[in-house]
Amino acid sequence: MQISGAQMVIEALIAEGVDTVFGYPGGAIMNVYDEIYKQDNFQHILTRHEQAAVHAAEGYSKASAKVGVAMITSGPGFTNAVTGLADAYMDSIPLVVISGQVPMSLIGTDAFQEIDAVGISRSCTKHNYLVTDAKELPRVLKEAFYIASSGRPGPVHVDIPKDVTAQIADFDYSIELELETYKPHTKGNPRQIKKAMEAIAKAKRPLFYLGGGIINSNAAYEVRDLVHKTGIPAVETFMARGTLSHDDDLLISMLGMHGSYAANMAMSETDLVIGLGARFDDRVTGKISEFAKNAAVIHVDIDPASISKLVNADYPIVGDVKNVVKEMLELSSGVNAEKYEPWRETVTNFDTLHPLTYHEDTDRLKPQWVIERVGELLGDDANISTDVGQHQMWAAQFYPFSRPRQFISSGGLGTMGFGFPAAMGVKAASPEKTSINFTGDGSILMNCQELMTAVEKKLPVINIILNNNYLGMVRQWQTLFYDKRHSETDLSVQPDFVKLSEAFGGLGYRVRTKEEFDAALKDAVEKDVVTFIEVMVERMENVMPMVPSGGSLFNMMLLEKKEK
Amino acid sequence: MEASERRVISVIVVNEASVLSRITDLFSGRGYNITSLTVAPIPNGNYSRLTIVTSGSVRVIEQITKQLHKLIPVLKVYEHADLVEKEMALVKFPASENISDISILCEAYNGKIVNVGENVIITMVADEPKRVENFLKIIQKYNPKEIVRSGSAALER
Repeated sequence: MQISGAQMVIEALIAEGVDTVFGYPGGAIMNVYDEIYKQDNFQHILTRHEQAAVHAAEGYSKASAKVGVAMITSGPGFTNAVTGLADAYMDSIPLVVISGQVPMSLIGTDAFQEIDAVGISRSCTKHNYLVTDAKELPRVLKEAFYIASSGRPGPVHVDIPKDVTAQIADFDYSIELELETYKPHTKGNPRQIKKAMEAIAKAKRPLFYLGGGIINSNAAYEVRDLVHKTGIPAVETFMARGTLSHDDDLLISMLGMHGSYAANMAMSETDLVIGLGARFDDRVTGKISEFAKNAAVIHVDIDPASISKLVNADYPIVGDVKNVVKEMLELSSGVNAEKYEPWRETVTNFDTLHPLTYHEDTDRLKPQWVIERVGELLGDDANISTDVGQHQMWAAQFYPFSRPRQFISSGGLGTMGFGFPAAMGVKAASPEKTSINFTGDGSILMNCQELMTAVEKKLPVINIILNNNYLGMVRQWQTLFYDKRHSETDLSVQPDFVKLSEAFGGLGYRVRTKEEFDAALKDAVEKDVVTFIEVMVERMENVMPMVPSGGSLFNMMLLEKKEK
Repeated sequence: MEASERRVISVIVVNEASVLSRITDLFSGRGYNITSLTVAPIPNGNYSRLTIVTSGSVRVIEQITKQLHKLIPVLKVYEHADLVEKEMALVKFPASENISDISILCEAYNGKIVNVGENVIITMVADEPKRVENFLKIIQKYNPKEIVRSGSAALER
């Protein structure tokens, strides 16, 4: 059929089963928006900033396991979206981001709202396209969705000049893709898997090291089976939270810079690291030469470049972690779970020695209490997103996650301003769950305009602002490593967050006590409107334990013990 | 620090817009070196071949090849161990220099005089990069006016 480039975009989105597009119109993308106006196959959510559109698409993708779609215009529309692209790239989130571009005849002339978009996005996308002919659009869009969602997922950017969206050409979306140069390796080598299982059976102190790839590959329930069948304790990375349920006896906790003492000690004492979809990030490993120093390493990853990048893998297995774990399960009869009992006891003793906890020793509320309390009240019924900073680490440490895709946060890029728009995307994908965004008084201001989107589109995200009047994480580093010179981190001058939310038509609460917090949360959940709950928390609370940057995992700064 | 060694990598890529930028962006973005880079289309097809001379530790070289592989338009990456490698150099001399000496030198390095003008002569040599380097050192005394090196082309034996 002969249709315009703009119509092709709509037809392709429909063919891909897209039900929600996040975006913001502008000159160069107007032809496509005109076609959006004429259709009712998918909803368009107008965010109030392009960055938020991409973060919302990320949240939507993370919660739904589908490809997230965002649409923006050229120039500033695109540059605003770059942070979202980079965020999705670092956390391997499948997105297709479509941007308008100035007409072909104006490219290269420094035209109004022109920027070399593919030149900018090249280093922060899995792949990108500048479409120079509408004939190419069906293939490009189909490839974009395929590349975004296959192999190691990631964002794909498609830049379309305005005249190409007006051009009429033949549209056939049933074409077979011929990607001779892109063939992701999804099935692990059976011989390597067998060798890995033999190594597991022989090990005395093996340890599962679970990463975000498990979530991306929808392999959490297979991993749970493997962990239980083998009786081997497990640590999770920040990105893997929810792989095992919080009440699983074999889950030690999160490891890394703000991991638990037990998780970091287990990693330091293990003789066999079983890495599943994890990439040995510097925030996880600490000093790399001291990381799991006496251990052999099994590394399962879909991305060959992740294997032996930072830590040498003795048993490298390239493949989709879901396929590989299924194969491992089949070969797990040789593993005797009884054998690891002494090791499990050792790990339990680590946890008894320095459990993950905090002290309620001040008049002001402790931020950790707020997170635990939300966990008690909402637990499995809430999806949790966060911004970036102390509150993010406390959420990862103290929320009782019970399922994969429950925790949505910016891990790799560490993007302040991610949480609120992402939570809107989560709510759009998963309306039956309460959408909570833990945020800080610094982060929330980086995308607070999204109150308007949330009110308009009825996306009742509950933003819990843990307000310590500081840019807390930077303040913590300044306190610990810069001799308390709190350079530009005091955020005492603030808006009235209650009035701010109300000004947009949302709800606002300011709470100082446990009772006030419970009442505010209950009210917000019932009223089902976007909410700010500003919780005045202890100002100088630090995230503990902490492995100082570049230090070894076993050299943690620990929470001071208090006499009861 | 692990020892850094010189490596020649060949990359077969789809002939399409901005594919060269994808390769060079990868090198600059990840802090890898490019000593030389040559590129030309492969006859009768939709592909081009790049020859990249780089250096790095074993781990870095492994990462370079893996990261190159990850780029969508990359078909194949060869990290050469046993290879034939040649580089060409063009040198312009004043015509007043000793042309017969220069000519003999060129012959010793697989080359010859390729252009004779009123004031200058241009010579060409094609040899292993190390030998080309030698040649360029030796001819300094003949006051070369301009030197162009092509970068390496390589084939696995």
